Amino acid sequence: MKELFPMKQVMGFVFSLLLTTVALAVYFLDLSLTMGMTLLLVTAFIQAAVQLVVFMHAGETKDRGAIYTNVYYGLIIALVTVFGTLLCMIWGYI
Amino acid sequence: MDFFNRFAIPHPSPAIYASMVAIGITVIAVIAGLTYFKKWGYLWREWLTTVDHKRIGIMYLISALLMLFRGGVDAIMMRAQLAVPENKLLDAQHYNEIFTTHGIVMIIFMAMPFIMALMNFVVPLQIGARDVAFPRLNALSFWLFFMGAMLFNISFIIGGSPDAGWTSYFPLAGTEFSESVGSNYYMIAIQIAGIGTLMTGINFITTILKMRAPGMTLMKMPMFTWSSLVTNAIIVFAFPVLTVLLLMGTMDRLFGTHFFTTTNGGMDMLWANFFWVWGHPEVYILILPAFGIYSEVISTFARRNLYGYKSMVGSMVIISLLSFLVWTHHFFTMGQGALTNSIFSITTMAIAVPTGVKLFNWLFTLWKGKIEVTTPMLYALLFIPTFTIGGVTGVMLGMSAADYQYHNTMFLVAHFHMVIIPGVVFAMLAGLTYYWPKMFGFMLNEKIGKWSAWIIAISTLLAFIPMFFSGLDGQARRMYTYSESTGFGPWNMVSFIGAAGLAVGFALIVYNIYYSTRYASRDIAADPWDARSLEWATHTPVPAYNFAILPQVNSSEALWDAKKHGHELFPGKYEKIHMPNNSGVPFIMSCIFFVWGFSFVFSIWIPLILTTIGIFVCMGLRSFEKDHGHYITVDEIKETENNLRGA
Repeated sequence: MKELFPMKQVMGFVFSLLLTTVALAVYFLDLSLTMGMTLLLVTAFIQAAVQLVVFMHAGETKDRGAIYTNVYYGLIIALVTVFGTLLCMIWGYI
Repeated sequence: MDFFNRFAIPHPSPAIYASMVAIGITVIAVIAGLTYFKKWGYLWREWLTTVDHKRIGIMYLISALLMLFRGGVDAIMMRAQLAVPENKLLDAQHYNEIFTTHGIVMIIFMAMPFIMALMNFVVPLQIGARDVAFPRLNALSFWLFFMGAMLFNISFIIGGSPDAGWTSYFPLAGTEFSESVGSNYYMIAIQIAGIGTLMTGINFITTILKMRAPGMTLMKMPMFTWSSLVTNAIIVFAFPVLTVLLLMGTMDRLFGTHFFTTTNGGMDMLWANFFWVWGHPEVYILILPAFGIYSEVISTFARRNLYGYKSMVGSMVIISLLSFLVWTHHFFTMGQGALTNSIFSITTMAIAVPTGVKLFNWLFTLWKGKIEVTTPMLYALLFIPTFTIGGVTGVMLGMSAADYQYHNTMFLVAHFHMVIIPGVVFAMLAGLTYYWPKMFGFMLNEKIGKWSAWIIAISTLLAFIPMFFSGLDGQARRMYTYSESTGFGPWNMVSFIGAAGLAVGFALIVYNIYYSTRYASRDIAADPWDARSLEWATHTPVPAYNFAILPQVNSSEALWDAKKHGHELFPGKYEKIHMPNNSGVPFIMSCIFFVWGFSFVFSIWIPLILTTIGIFVCMGLRSFEKDHGHYITVDEIKETENNLRGA
């Protein structure tokens, strides 16, 4: 029975519903802009990770090395781009 | 009438009317020629619908050469205008249009397809594959690039060329300061070509990761394949930024958004910022395959294995990462503080380290080698010193405090031409000469080839060294004229002579192609250069399936092993080969994209909606199409192999 029941996927589904609820709460609760945006960003990234790992089977084939290398590399580039841009355009701008 | 006015050239001149007539006549001549010689069917069956990586490579090559001459004419016109003070050859508007199109054509429609040409032709052969991973996607990539290039090139006869520089900085490129449709062309044409490039990136990463010959581990790949892998990784990570940026620019220009405006919360320098987030990796997309070519050429003609294989790979990977960390050095003078500038200064100068490692590796490969100076090798040898001049001035520009002196002057122009011409153009010409026999079955004439290499190298120095001096004296780039009292006159005259020399050099290459096509011997070996890697292990001309038996590989120089150490390259016997079918969909879809782009440029909404539907219909058809390819039988393979061996 344990092999037949897709426990991981069901839990993943529940977890992603939970994340959606948290994100939705930003609309209903009276949060500051910073707080709201942070919450949205964080839940969005976790959500993307859950989808990738649980439902798109990122780690389940022998390509897992290549797939995760790509994902991490993309993540680093994205973070560098975003924070570098913030540095140039806002924080470091006199 | 207002509707039709947009199609008129806002700033006509006799030269533009002449080119309109010339384009018209050429189109009629091509159509008439194809009809007269009954070549329509041949063209459609063999080229327009092909998914063969070799033919796609050749089509990229032809487009790149055509665009080289388009961009070259722009360059000559610019240098002619600046040759003497207060010249009246071009006015300010024409000069603006010409330097803009020169930049875009040379980078996006010349250098990129040239690289794609060699990558398409060489990489599958070098890894012992029969085609790329997604052959039809590859055809789509080419046709999207081609239609993007054509859309961009009709801008100067319909509606006017873009004139805000190849970087197209806002707010200058916004509707307020650039009213004509020129900048729309920029946004849409590059978008279409860019989608094609992105697809190529995905395609080649997959090909290289999944389709290598048995035994070829990652660290046994030839260096050009390694450089292609790293390049395509950069493409996949950098081009989405351009896609989004161009989309935002299009929205600003056509739909009144305020991403890059100076008012309503827009941020004009954000364009420059994101442009260079893409633009700097783009520089390495151009240079890394060029480095790959040099590695192949130098180790072949020094008759030695490449020195420091692992450090070569390592330095490319480091370059690919660092290339994403330096973009701010393109606008040190924008107004960010010393801390920000220092950070990007340091990352910039850090890139010189892995690049230096590569240069020393080439020098050590040459050390004690039995050097044979053929035309490709001559380009490689000329590259090392000239590129170093460009590279060292790059480090000067990378120092943010000093950059305030160099920024936006001819010094910068000299720097990046001294990097791109020896780096990319020499490499592509070396690659062209080196792979020509594999592509077309005869060799280019060595004597004419060497003459053109020397002329191009000397002319490059003549054209760009003076700019270092006039730049330091304060000559700004993108200025259409200057007064005599500035003293820039003599420098610019020397530059013009250099530019004319470059034109002679390129004309000589064309003559070489003509001469060799007529007189060169067709009786050449499959491995005319006595080279080392797999692409030379198959017949010339390369059969459609590349290798009758998939090669077995033990090192990065499989063919050399087979020639010198008795390695058995093709074990086993013939089996039927699975090949992809040709398809007209990529070509038709790209034609629809062309109309889509044209409608977008001129904001003609009905055709835009219809063509958008058309594009989705093409994609939908692909999803429901059952195309399992075809098999080449053992008998056919035997027949082909016997014919080729006899030839």
